[in-house]
Amino acid sequence: MKIGIEIVALGLFAFMALVAAGFGVDEPFRQHMWVLFFVLLGFIAILLRNTSFAPAAPVDPSAYMDGPIRYGAIATMFWGVVGMLVGVVIALQLANPDLNVEPWFNFGRLRPLHTSGVVFAFGGNALLCTSLYVVQRTCRARLFGGDLAWFVFWGYQLFIVMAATGYLLGITESREYAEPEWYVDLWLTIVWVAYLLLFLGTILKRKEPHIYVANWFYLSFIVTIAMLHVINNLSMPASFLGSKSYSAFSGVQDALTQWWYGHNAVGFFLTAGFLGMMYYFVPKQANRPVYSYRLSIIHFWALIFLYIWAGPHHLHYTALPDWAQTLGMAFSIMLWMPSWGGMINGLMTLSGAWDKLRTDPIIRMMVMAVAFYGMSTFEGPMMSIKTINSLSHYTDWTIGHVHSGALGWVGMISFGAIYYMVPKLWNRERLYSLRLVTWHFWLATLGIVVYAAVMWVSGIMQGLMWREYDEQGFLVYSFAETVAAMHPYYIMRAIGGAMYLSGALIMAWNIAMTILGHQREEEPMPGSIPALRPARSGAR
Amino acid sequence: MSSEHIDEVSGISTTGHEWDGIRELNNPLPRWWVTTFYITIVWAIGYTIAYPAWPMLTSATRGVLGYSSRNHVKNELAAAEAAKAKYVAAVESKTVSEIAADDALREFAVAAGGAAFRVNCVQCHGSGAQGSKGFPNLNDDDWLWGGKAEQIQQTITHGIRFASDPDTRVSEMPAFGDIITADQIAQVSTYVASLSGLVRDARLIEPGANVFAENCAACHGENAKGNKELGAPDLTDAIWLYGPGETAIAAQVRAPKHGVMPAWIGRLGETKVKELAVYIHSLGGGE
Repeated sequence: MKIGIEIVALGLFAFMALVAAGFGVDEPFRQHMWVLFFVLLGFIAILLRNTSFAPAAPVDPSAYMDGPIRYGAIATMFWGVVGMLVGVVIALQLANPDLNVEPWFNFGRLRPLHTSGVVFAFGGNALLCTSLYVVQRTCRARLFGGDLAWFVFWGYQLFIVMAATGYLLGITESREYAEPEWYVDLWLTIVWVAYLLLFLGTILKRKEPHIYVANWFYLSFIVTIAMLHVINNLSMPASFLGSKSYSAFSGVQDALTQWWYGHNAVGFFLTAGFLGMMYYFVPKQANRPVYSYRLSIIHFWALIFLYIWAGPHHLHYTALPDWAQTLGMAFSIMLWMPSWGGMINGLMTLSGAWDKLRTDPIIRMMVMAVAFYGMSTFEGPMMSIKTINSLSHYTDWTIGHVHSGALGWVGMISFGAIYYMVPKLWNRERLYSLRLVTWHFWLATLGIVVYAAVMWVSGIMQGLMWREYDEQGFLVYSFAETVAAMHPYYIMRAIGGAMYLSGALIMAWNIAMTILGHQREEEPMPGSIPALRPARSGAR
Repeated sequence: MSSEHIDEVSGISTTGHEWDGIRELNNPLPRWWVTTFYITIVWAIGYTIAYPAWPMLTSATRGVLGYSSRNHVKNELAAAEAAKAKYVAAVESKTVSEIAADDALREFAVAAGGAAFRVNCVQCHGSGAQGSKGFPNLNDDDWLWGGKAEQIQQTITHGIRFASDPDTRVSEMPAFGDIITADQIAQVSTYVASLSGLVRDARLIEPGANVFAENCAACHGENAKGNKELGAPDLTDAIWLYGPGETAIAAQVRAPKHGVMPAWIGRLGETKVKELAVYIHSLGGGE
């Protein structure tokens, strides 16, 4: 019987969840275990419906395994819309605190739902499905480990659901970007090790003599996230049937561990992983060779060596010893050029294909992503300079910086990759509509510009108001006055976010119609008749 | 698959590898990129020599500039305090009335008190000291416990109905819902409202005046002008702590709310309290 063991194992886990729901020592834990129980029941129901007693059909070992990638593309779209919607909601809550709905939907619980939703659910699924897509094609090898990829995909979705429902129930470790409690962390560790095995196993059975650069980046992302996740979450549960745990670290060591994790979550999850994505999808969509192999080697090793030390710049002017602050800043400055190496390779790969910017909205999206990548990797080292940080720290400037990277770089490159992959994964001739991609591009780009510009103004104003002294040497503004001054910017920020969200909704529609096999009757993009031309015929 | 291959478009050779159709050009590192990278490395080395940086066995290198963020902030604070020292000493040695009478000193105390107000007081009294329901407006000349600088100082120092300070200002209006009838409450509320505005039913005013004389005048005065010794508010000036109108007044007669303000002396110290008193006295309503 196919998948019989899986059903039995899931049943066992569901029973354990039921026991924990009955004997848990705190109410949120019991509720959370009920959630787990019903989610596992759902999984079992799905598996039972797919059970077949016929012997499994032999798998063609040379064919690529694209099932989990198709699911991953849909999950990316779904979580993207959810995470961005929650983002717009909390932006509106900041502008109008009456929108806090106690207790489940207040800002304190929705904020980690938004950050984890967009970073780990949207970004994580995008990385998961594109990495499995890229590694198979650049290694000419089917995914390693049989159904391991299915375990990784569904295991990761279970992690997302448990993390998200935990936040809403008020279960949190209070570690930024690592809020899930110990039992959810343990589950993610298992899933992540399986992901590492899956990826590494596929690389080991490759039929290409060399490992393509995209896979270096994906691999560094998977390995480093494993290390960061395990160390940052070292903790002792107060009870093995309860939702509370205590960190292994305390005081300034705890703060440094947290920001070593937090900074490198940006560095290896949101930078290295998505650079891997860029290194495959930009050359494929542009149909041009990568600009410089040497640059890719040098900037890869420089990036991963330097990034890991830069975390202390999140703790300037705190109890963190001066020497650690100095090193954090010095490494951040040295990180500037290694980061830009990726931008150069991404943009220059288009040389000889620049005309496609006019005709291909997907390329346009990718170029905008790389441009925002370059902008925020310049802004980051600049903000790590202590004198600048003393103004920018704790203000909305930081929020603006994060979002120009997250919306501009991570979001846009993921959108580009999904637009590229989906027609191929479902054997469609083309997307449902390229015109809608153009709409998405402009809504997203304008949304980011509004968001980032508004947060610059608001953040710098906030920082200046906080430090404004009168001629007698006394503070001029009360905190409440600085909050009141930011109100109009908070409204504009919500508008920028809503524009970005509406772009994503258009994309979800476009992707859904493509998957369903529809093609919109529309004027082709100007200059692209009858279809996108290869670069060679256009440029020279 | 290593073999000589030239990219047609750029005329540049590739590395000869190919993955799923992707090749890599053999372009050198951009010169400006390498140069800038080197500059940042050289700068970083210099910066870590100048500032505390490299961890050793028990401590870290101190940096040739001798910088430490603790000393930096200590020096800045010391400089700021030195600049204010003359004024602070004068505030310490003088009474609030004396401070208010000295132009230079008053200007300093108003600035200092304003800063302290924005940190400690705006949460209840509002960032413009305009107050809100239950929290008095400090800009007007309606004072519950007195608007002279010394009286304000006394209020800030010991608070109002603040149980842990033995010298706190205390008064408690009885809950008249247990003492007089509902009709009488309606009458007296109408009477009190009539002192500063129009009322719904003028027939209640006269019996209300009698209720007032028997029950309220002892504290609020026969003319309802209040009594600052008791913190009894003036009921004739159209300024209402818990809202205008017969309904709000009736609620306050039936079961009065009693605001509490903390004693600030322990947290802020005498000098800061004096500065606050001078600042609040300067807001426009000081007596």
